[in-house]
Amino acid sequence: MAERNALIERGMLILSQLKPAFLRHHSDSGGSDGQILNFRRIWELAILLTSIVTLVPLILITSVDYQYTKRSIESENSLRTLRVASNIRHSISFFFHERLAALSFIVRDSSYEELADPEKLEQILLNLRQSFSGFADLGLINQSGLQVSYVGPYNLLGKNYDGQPWFEEVQEKGFHISDVFLGFRDAPHLVIAVKRQLADGQFYVLRTAFDTERFNGLIANFDLSGRGEAFVINQKGIIQSPSRRNAKLFEKVEFAVPPHSERTEVMDVMINDESFLVCSAYIPDTPYILIVLKEKEELIKVWKGTRLRLIGFLVVSIVVILLVILGVSTYMVNNMYTLDQRRLAALHKVEYSNKLASIGRLAAGIAHEINNPLAIINEKAGLIKDLFTYTKTYQNDEKIIAPLTSIISSVERCGKITRRLLGFARHIDDSVIDTVDVVAVIEEVLSFLKKEAEYRSIAIKVEIADQIPPLQCDRGKLQQIFLNIVNNAFAAMDVGGKLDIKVSYDSQERILVKVRDNGYGISQEDIGKIFEPFFSTKKGSGGTGLGLSVTYGLVQEIGGKIGVESVVGEGTTFTVALPLTASTADRE
Amino acid sequence: MRVLLVDDEKEFVATLAERLSYRGIEADFALGGDDALRMVGGVNYDLAVLDMKMPGISGLQLKKRLAEICPTLKFIFLTGHGSEEDYRAGSRESVYYLVKPISIDTLVGKMHEAIQKEGTTHG
Repeated sequence: MAERNALIERGMLILSQLKPAFLRHHSDSGGSDGQILNFRRIWELAILLTSIVTLVPLILITSVDYQYTKRSIESENSLRTLRVASNIRHSISFFFHERLAALSFIVRDSSYEELADPEKLEQILLNLRQSFSGFADLGLINQSGLQVSYVGPYNLLGKNYDGQPWFEEVQEKGFHISDVFLGFRDAPHLVIAVKRQLADGQFYVLRTAFDTERFNGLIANFDLSGRGEAFVINQKGIIQSPSRRNAKLFEKVEFAVPPHSERTEVMDVMINDESFLVCSAYIPDTPYILIVLKEKEELIKVWKGTRLRLIGFLVVSIVVILLVILGVSTYMVNNMYTLDQRRLAALHKVEYSNKLASIGRLAAGIAHEINNPLAIINEKAGLIKDLFTYTKTYQNDEKIIAPLTSIISSVERCGKITRRLLGFARHIDDSVIDTVDVVAVIEEVLSFLKKEAEYRSIAIKVEIADQIPPLQCDRGKLQQIFLNIVNNAFAAMDVGGKLDIKVSYDSQERILVKVRDNGYGISQEDIGKIFEPFFSTKKGSGGTGLGLSVTYGLVQEIGGKIGVESVVGEGTTFTVALPLTASTADRE
Repeated sequence: MRVLLVDDEKEFVATLAERLSYRGIEADFALGGDDALRMVGGVNYDLAVLDMKMPGISGLQLKKRLAEICPTLKFIFLTGHGSEEDYRAGSRESVYYLVKPISIDTLVGKMHEAIQKEGTTHG
């Protein structure tokens, strides 16, 4: 359980570190940060607006393309099916016209007597069979509807067709093509009859039956890709040629008979909950309607693949665009944030330096004002002492000499204090590279805090390694660095704290100053932020969050390095590494 | 050794002159630049101890004019002010730049050292 919690904590820590700095920024991190821009809002707006202006056109274009491609594919499918239907229609039409023309030629070329002659009729049937397969029989029918001559497998001689609808139609139209029917032979066949009108008003009819095998083969020869099929129905919707999927021969189709049209037509129909594309074509001079049927599912397979690619492209594009927008916006806003932080830090540093300079000037002014009266007290007391010292009577009178010596030594103490103040103030304003004794600077800084340490019972221990060389450095900056670090340590400790300062010299020719306190310590979460401007853990107790950031800047300016280690509840150690020769370049 | 003390604080400068006389140093004092310029013409001083900030002629200006009149004169600045500009200018233009209050023994020691130093104004 503990391991799991540690893992979760670690994960959260990594996540929080991955988070851009401006998202980690909290305005309540201490002090007034003077932040004018809301970077989170800028970031959100940048992402939102960029996403809208890039994604909306992309989605619109893709949607238009989607519709256009869908329509194109559907139209292409319809056209292809129409083309096939039209071709089959022409072939069937040609098939019937060919046979009709052959019969018309025979009926015009031969006289009634010739056709009435069974031998002659037999010869004609033989010729017909040689030219066109499928002819079963041939018969001549006179004006009264009586079959006067017949050659074929059945005994139809003498059969009277008068009054039958086909006979009436042939009288009216001059020819007749029948529906497919089984008849006596119990095999699907159809009848074609042609009328010969004589000059005297008489007429006779040549009638033939032929099986539909050739006709069916003609339709089957057309290649209908996928699960498409073609078949013929009559005008009542009865199936006239075999159909794989639909009803059996002579049964009614499962959809409405298409209305009459001279052209090939397309419509969508539902058969057994399946959607079909139906092409219909009325075959001229016949009772037949060609039907070409294609499953829509099969037809839109191509569209489905295209659609999948289109949607895939859209999704991938959106993801890539969003990632790029997110990355670029985050990068740019983070840079803006960093620059703004630097600007603010620079502004505050100037403010801080100005404040220090003002304090310095004030201290110098006070010191000067005090020094003159001190000098008078010193001289007057000195004169009295001189008077007594140079007069033998009082030379050894301790009652007089001792208080005077005490006055003079007190004045000397005051003088030391004002001189120290003046010395400190002197280094605030200017930036002069000088030979500096680090230990002296540290002792000077500690002398300012000595009284506070006494009042709070803070034990200060200073360990100095042998032979610490002097530095070429800006004394004022060094004073500020140590004053800030020691002040920070004091603020972190309660009454009875311990402050250890170690000064050493390392192999890289750097002076290392370690300032260790046994105060509250800094959490791992906060330790990475303590040198950031405005970051302060002294919430509500006057921390500006600038001390350590200014210290960091000053250490950088003199070419040094500053590091920090801390354990919550145990204390914090600041390590300042100072090169013997300070960088003179102004890093700001 | 004959010394000229110049300071606008009479209480200070008069007392200092008296104390120096106890230590065998003959010291005159002037309360401003004009007095000092007048006095230096008549007496051959070895050393001038000048305040930096005085009404009328400042310590630095006075030093220049005194040096013109008496090129062999040595100078010590003794002032209560410790600004950086004063410190730099004072150190450049004199043998010593000292801050008040100062122990008489230290001052006397510095005076002797200044007299001993080569050169006219600073060492």
